[in-house]
Parts: sequence; C-alpha cells; structure tokens
Amino acid sequence: MPTPSNAIEVTGLRKAYGDKTVLDGIDLHVPAGTIFSLLGPNGAGKTTAVNIMSTLLRPDAGRIRIAGHDPATHADDVRAAIGLTGQFSAVDNFLTGGENMALMADLNHLDRREGRRRVADLLERFDLTEAAGKHATTYSGGMRRRLDLAMTLVGNPRVVFLDEPTTGLDPRSRRTMWDSIRTLVADGVTIFLTTQYLEEADQLADRVALLDHGRIIAEGTPAELKRLIPGGHIRLRFAGLAELESASRVFGASTRDDDALTLQVPSDGGVRSLREVLDRLDGAAVEIAELTVHTPDLDDVFLTLTGRPDTAILEGANNR
Amino acid sequence: MSTNAYALRDSTTMLRRYLLRARRYPLIGFLIGIPVIMLLLFVYVFGGTLGDGIAAGGGRAAYANYVTPGILLLAIASAPQLTSIGVAQDMAEGIIARFRTMAIFRPAVLTGHVLGNLVQLVVALAVVIGVAVLVGFRPNATPVEWLAAAGLLTLVSFAVTWFGVACGLTARTVESASNLPMPLILLPFLGSGFVPTDSMPGAVSWAAEYQPFTPVMETLRGLLLGTGIGDSAWLAVAWSAAITVFCYLWAKRRFNRDGVA
Repeated sequence: MPTPSNAIEVTGLRKAYGDKTVLDGIDLHVPAGTIFSLLGPNGAGKTTAVNIMSTLLRPDAGRIRIAGHDPATHADDVRAAIGLTGQFSAVDNFLTGGENMALMADLNHLDRREGRRRVADLLERFDLTEAAGKHATTYSGGMRRRLDLAMTLVGNPRVVFLDEPTTGLDPRSRRTMWDSIRTLVADGVTIFLTTQYLEEADQLADRVALLDHGRIIAEGTPAELKRLIPGGHIRLRFAGLAELESASRVFGASTRDDDALTLQVPSDGGVRSLREVLDRLDGAAVEIAELTVHTPDLDDVFLTLTGRPDTAILEGANNR
Repeated sequence: MSTNAYALRDSTTMLRRYLLRARRYPLIGFLIGIPVIMLLLFVYVFGGTLGDGIAAGGGRAAYANYVTPGILLLAIASAPQLTSIGVAQDMAEGIIARFRTMAIFRPAVLTGHVLGNLVQLVVALAVVIGVAVLVGFRPNATPVEWLAAAGLLTLVSFAVTWFGVACGLTARTVESASNLPMPLILLPFLGSGFVPTDSMPGAVSWAAEYQPFTPVMETLRGLLLGTGIGDSAWLAVAWSAAITVFCYLWAKRRFNRDGVA
C-alpha cells in the first residue's frame, strides 16, 4: 500500500556485489515536499542507493516505494514520477543545450507547444537561454550541471534524485545550484540529495542520514546531528609559555599543547563565540600570536560516530 | 502504465537524436568509401582474369556484373562495426542513465541507433550501386525486381545493424566493440561474393554454400541479372529474420542486464 505522506519509503534495503556488501539493510522515510540528504564519504553506498531507488539497479532485498509505486513491479510508474540528476553529467555532448532540452520534451511526450513553452521557461530560469544554441561540450562545469537539472525538470517530476549535484563545482556555482534546489522544494517537489559535504546537507536538508559502509549510522535534522559532533573549536597559538599559561587559566576546560604553544577552545565556529573568546583574552590582557577557527565537518562526524577518520573508508572506495 | 504505446513516438525521437549526433560524425563516408575502393580494386585489378573464370571469355565486363552483389554485401558486412562503436560510445555516456530512468519505450535508444544506421547504410548502398553501374554493372531487372532487391538489401541491413547494436552492448570497451563484428567482413569472401562456391575445395565450398550471405547474394544476382534463384530467396529472408530476432533479444537482454526492465 502506498504511504501518501511519504514520497520515499525504503525498509531493509540490501545490495551486494559478490561478497562485497554495499548496502547492508538501510531504511529511509522521506515526507513529500521535503529535502532529505544522504551524507557519506566516497564508497559509502550513496550512488548505489540512488540507482536502486531510480530503477537503474535491482536490489537484493528490501521494500521500496517511490511516490507510492514499487520499482520492482511498476518501474514505469516510478519513472514517470521521478527525475535523476546523476553524479556524472547526463547531458548529450553532441547536442546543443536547446536540443538536449527539446529531446527531453519529446521523451516526456509533451505536445509541441507545451514542450516549447516549458523548455523556454526552464532555460530562462537556469540562465541558459543565451547558451541554448551552443554545444554542451563548450559549457562550463556549472552550466552543465544547470542544464542537467533543467533537463530533469522538463518532465515535472514529483521526486528528484540529486546525486552529488555540486561535486567539483566552484563555490559560486555551488550557491547558484543550492538556490535552484530550494526553489524546487518551494514548488512542492521532494528532493533526495546525496553529498559528501556536511555544509551542503546543513544548508539544504530538512533531514540528514549518515551512511557509512552501507549502514545508516545516524539520522536527524542537521541541528540534531551537529550536536553529536564536538569537533568545532578555536585554536589559539601563543608566543610563549607564559601567555599559554594565562590563557589556559582563563578558559579552564580546553586542550593544551605545550610543545606547539597552542590551546583548543570548544566553539561552534560562529562569530558570537569567536567574539566571546577574544573578549575574554582581552579581559585577561593575553596576546595571541595566531588564531584559527575549525568548524565541524564530515571528518568530525565520522571520527565521532565511527571512531575513525573518514580516510579509513577510502580503502573501500574502489568497490562501488 | 505501459510504455509500449510510445514505441513509435520514442523511437522516432531517438532517431532524430541519432541524426543530430550524426551531423557531427557522419559515418556515410566510410560506408561508401570502403566498398567503392574494393569495387574498383576487384573490377580493374582482378576483374580481367576472374571474369574469364566466371564465363569463358567474359573478362572484366562479366566480372563487374558478378562482383557487384558481393560488394553490396561487403558494404553491409562492414556497417555493424560502426554501429557497434557508436553504441558502445553512447552507452558510456551519462545520458543513457537518464533515458533508463524515464518512462519511455525502453528499447527506443537502441531502435534510434538501428534506424539511424539503417538510413545511412541504405543511402550508401544506393550510391555504391550507382558507382557499380559506372564501372560496367549492367542489371536487367524490371521495376518489381528492383523493388524486391531493395527490400532484401534493407532486410539484411536491418539484421546486421541489430547485430552491431548487440556487439556494442556486449563489448566492455570501445576497442572491443570495434573488433567484435569484424569477422562478418569475411562472409562475402567465404561465400559466393567474389567467386562461385563450386570453385572452392570440399569443406570450404560446403561452408560457403550454407552461410547466410550466399543465399542473399544469389537472390540479388537472380533479381538484378536474371540468374537462377531457386531456394535462395526464402533462405535469404529466413536468415535475415532469424538474425534480427536473435540479435534484438540479445541486445535487449544486455541493455537490461543491471536494472529493472
């Protein structure tokens, strides 16, 4: 039975390649009209999960409903409801941007007038109208991703899968992409987003699940997850031991390194906490030689939740 | 819902995609160039001697008639290599994943390749026939016989194009996609394409007699030049149909190997 309130319902999803388990029984519940982010390092199984939900891959076990339909028995109903913008650009390089869009209009079986209107709207919305006559190979990375997403939207999908939509983009293009994604949700679309960047999940997602070695190791709102991470701190370096000594008295509980003459003060990385640290140092008249702010990132999440750094997972990254 | 209702519409869309792509890399040059070079080689270099073996004192003129159906089949046999490369390259592109997740007639991307290759091959065959006439090919076919010959050429082209698509889907790399269909090029030689099969020694002659291209070439000779056809016509049609069905199922299976059909 379809669950009307949840656009994505997954329980006990498993997939293995030979004896290499990629997904080890994951559950996902995504309410319609929200952004859900699956966060994890390379090789965690994110793309495999997306490929299964988008009918590209058959699971070994598990119950899946996408927009109320079972991909195993009603793949075409799932396909009619979804859109996929993959990690690797799903654009036809031999065609122009406009031809790519027209191709999508035809494959979505829109009538000619409706198709043209929709293509023109989306090209405009993604700032591609001027580039529409150029071959997709000449596009910049950011333009390709925008074209990719615009092509996905021609069919008016209710559920959109975005597999690492900003990997490899410069910060400005990344922000443009984020804005586009936010606009989509405002239109009532459900978004399933995979990313390696905590910041991206934080910026966009209503709920985040952490995937590691094919298991969900934590799930919650970004704020809930960040509370699990003690990794954020301000690192202070001093000119001499005397200053370090005084500062250490000011802050009490903190991590002190006498050799490096540094002190790590817990912080959420925000301006307010930074100002507070500086005020307290001023109050005690302690001079600092150097200050760096360390905000919690994916490494901290994995270090905290798995007891090992993210890089330890790299050995498994070759097996997808 | 069923996407079969969109079979024609989606295949036409994919044909249009193929032709848009083909503007940048037209294959028709290869499809015409190779058989024309072979035609000139066989008629002007070997033709004088070989023609005397076909008919006493026949010479070059007799051989131009004899070899043209063989050259046409050579053109057909070399086509799946290009189809295979094209399909393998296309499958490596991200857009195929997009097609697979859309509610479209599933084999449409393949039928697009087939129809696109078929159109180019049929045009190429027409050009090769034109060149053959220029170098001495003298068919005596009626319009109905011409039509039947064109139909048979199209049928065989359709079959080998599906073979090319299946090879392209089976190959792991573009290099192997190029090599897989290559042995097909030998078939016109190991058949009645360039010399009659009864001039060959026992086992070779038997193999040449019963391979799929020989009845096609014999039927073409019958239709265009008025030689005897016998069983060849239905054998040619049966072979084409069997190869088409087999390769279509093979290609479909390869295309759906990981996902949900």
